Amino acid sequence: MIALLQRDLRLALRAGGGFGLGLAFFLMVAVLVPLGVGPEGALLARIAPGILWVGALLACLLSLDRMFALDFEDGALDLMAVSPLPLEGVVAMKALAHWLVTGLPLVLIAPVLGLLLSLAPGGYAWLLASLFLGTPALSLIGGFGAALTVGLKRGGLILSLIVLPMYVPSLIFGAEAVRRGAVGGDALVPLLLLAAISLGSVAILPFAAAAALRANLK
Amino acid sequence: MPMLQVHDLAVSRGGLTVLERLGFALGPSDLLVLRGPNGVGKTTVLRTLAGLQPALRGQIVANPDQITYSGHDDGLKATLTVAENLGFWAAVHGHSVIDPAISAMNLTALRARRAADLSAGQKRRLGLARLLVTGRKIWLMDEPTVSLDAASVALFGAMLRGHLAQGGAAIVATHIDLGLPEARMLDLTPFKAAATRQGAFDEAFA
Repeated sequence: MIALLQRDLRLALRAGGGFGLGLAFFLMVAVLVPLGVGPEGALLARIAPGILWVGALLACLLSLDRMFALDFEDGALDLMAVSPLPLEGVVAMKALAHWLVTGLPLVLIAPVLGLLLSLAPGGYAWLLASLFLGTPALSLIGGFGAALTVGLKRGGLILSLIVLPMYVPSLIFGAEAVRRGAVGGDALVPLLLLAAISLGSVAILPFAAAAALRANLK
Repeated sequence: MPMLQVHDLAVSRGGLTVLERLGFALGPSDLLVLRGPNGVGKTTVLRTLAGLQPALRGQIVANPDQITYSGHDDGLKATLTVAENLGFWAAVHGHSVIDPAISAMNLTALRARRAADLSAGQKRRLGLARLLVTGRKIWLMDEPTVSLDAASVALFGAMLRGHLAQGGAAIVATHIDLGLPEARMLDLTPFKAAATRQGAFDEAFA
């Protein structure tokens, strides 16, 4: 399974692997919103938590359809299903690779983008913490959606429609944690709920996604 | 002691039964060649035996940990080199030695080349070399000689013969003569399922 993780990371970093795509998209969102809203620091500071979380969500979504589709098209998924790798492990490793390539860079760049959106000083730590705890769930939920749509031609659009509603709880609790943190309130509760969503996703979704893959390989 | 036994197997593709009452046994050093016209169900049988799709009826007695499969696509990653592609599949199967497989399919000179820069025949050879690094005993191969030239077919024949000599077994769906006299032929045409059976329509409303 480590071999699969290494291979996926290597593929992502080579030409056409899509590394940095989500990051660039996230950057664009955070740059475009102040341009659209205007230079009102107070207004930007109020909407910054929401904008940053929505941006992270959409950036995650961008590279989801590649998670299984490429391996499905070139036959590698069939071969993995016959190999000693459990499909549940394949899903978990691919979600982890997706998080390392897409989610983790978003977490690290988010404070810089918070500056662009004049996020209140109290919010930065919570922004980092909420994205760090929340983005694993985004990769796992996305992996489940990608497994459901793996056999479909042009499945990317339907994938967004399936995955985005499932992102709603993470978005609500994530943005709420940052908002409360920014105004100095108690942000621990939404943060813990966010962590609960991620842990629940780790526990359940690899199995659900593996079942979906099995059905789609038939 | 057979490694793979099939009793009264029925397989379906796209909801339609394509083959039924199929039965055979495969022992060590056995090579079974599946024959039949396009669409008769050779690929479906191989995918069912590999566990990629469920059998409609019947029994397959085999240790799934001994089976490996090679389909129409080789599962190669264009941006990885020959050695990286093969090394991945070896690692997945718990091995690390890839050199014998690379030399068996005459890929030594191409070791460091990206799969994207290989010709169709070279990709196929790399796909077949993957079978060797799995270390598994039962090879299920679907049209393994597509896009191979005569020399490469001979190379493949030698590799297959070596596998059989070590007590392995193989089922190959192919249209060409592999040049292996020990191969047992199995024509799938007699096992073809009747297209639509009388009564099936009523059953839907029963």
